[in-house]
Amino acid sequence: MSQHYYEAADLNKFGKITDFQKVVGDKFFNWYSEVFKDSALSAKEKSLIALAVAHAVQCPYCIDAYSTDAFEKGYSPAQMMEAVHVAAAIRGGASMVHGVQMMNKVNEISM
Amino acid sequence: MKSLKSSHHALAESFYQLQIIEQSAEQKPFASSLQGCDLYPLRPVALEIFQVNVGKMCNQTCRHCHVDAGPDRKEIMDKDTMRLCLDILRKNPSFTTVDITGGAPEMNPNFRWFVEEINRLGRKIIVRCNLTIIVANKKYNDLPTFFAQHRVEVVSSLPFYSRDRTDRQRGDGVFDDSIKAIQLLNEAGYGMKETGLVLNLVYNPSGAFLPAAQVSLEKDFKQALLTEFGIHFNQLFTITNMPISRFLDYLIQSGNYDRYMDKLIQSFNPAAAAAVMCRNTLSVGWDGYIYDCDFNQMLDLKVQSASQHLREFNSDALMQRHVVINQHCYGCTAGSGSSCGGATI
Repeated sequence: MSQHYYEAADLNKFGKITDFQKVVGDKFFNWYSEVFKDSALSAKEKSLIALAVAHAVQCPYCIDAYSTDAFEKGYSPAQMMEAVHVAAAIRGGASMVHGVQMMNKVNEISM
Repeated sequence: MKSLKSSHHALAESFYQLQIIEQSAEQKPFASSLQGCDLYPLRPVALEIFQVNVGKMCNQTCRHCHVDAGPDRKEIMDKDTMRLCLDILRKNPSFTTVDITGGAPEMNPNFRWFVEEINRLGRKIIVRCNLTIIVANKKYNDLPTFFAQHRVEVVSSLPFYSRDRTDRQRGDGVFDDSIKAIQLLNEAGYGMKETGLVLNLVYNPSGAFLPAAQVSLEKDFKQALLTEFGIHFNQLFTITNMPISRFLDYLIQSGNYDRYMDKLIQSFNPAAAAAVMCRNTLSVGWDGYIYDCDFNQMLDLKVQSASQHLREFNSDALMQRHVVINQHCYGCTAGSGSSCGGATI
């Protein structure tokens, strides 16, 4: 185990997760590659969604991979930053909308 | 911006470039990747494309240029060497295509004569035109008409359909000049339906990453260029940047070199290896020496054959040769493959 929880070089070892569990690992990678193919949504659109989700789940490996992928596929830095704002807005909004729950509770217990 | 050669940069020397790229062999030598798919030694399958680099002089100094071309480069193919090319083409009808490149090939004073002579031989002619040369000087403004008269297929670099990405790679103002030049080519019939005049664009990534899928990028290019500028073209070729010359300098300076080589090596695709362009192409330098490809030419890696110069051209010997390989060859075998005609698979 290294001194850091995250190592950039580990991204290239992602495929090795099948070393410990091949059957399910293979199924995961088959499903994963199918998900990102051109279909009802294009592979390019899916890349931008992946970039936004990567920021929402704050996965450094995913941010590394999909920043490269989205830029390779032709998105501009401004478009990519707007996608990150969308992720942040949903994260922020998810907290804020719970404010209604807080208000409901306060209203319930106050005179 | 000066060329590496004019600035006496260490990377102007091919042996120094080779020293650097050979370090990645510790990870996986290109030869062993070829062995893994029964392609070693790599042999030619035909002599079909005769690619001629008529000089390193160029009106642009692009940051990714593998030729290290620029206005300060004076190496130019002379007329005698062009005559040798024509003689070989006459004697070797297997060469169905002549691919003229540079630098900006149009800056060679004998360029038009050379095109006219090849045209007389009835071969397909490709000219790798950087676009901006067409609007760089009045004497080049009629190039679209000249190309059309000789049924030249024009292949032109346009790194991206946005100004920002293009100018970062090729210099300020290049995008706007390129758009003007494509519009002039369209006016001459290039890229337009039913004229038969072919204009293909080339996409090079403007940084340390690989090209996206050729089909989807072509769709984006066509939509953006038509909507914004009313531009038409035939096909988009995606070409991977080779880790040599100025692009190698960029990779090292930006700290991307190791990561980029890792990516190329990991993306090795046996199908792309079987389809590499050096199997049906010969590359001729401005001084008449023969190479397996334009990249080997820039690394001074001459063909492994007794027939190393046009003066001693021997098609049988060249067909028997083993292609000279090194770690930069991973650039042509990554992902969907890369060649002067774009993705190979």
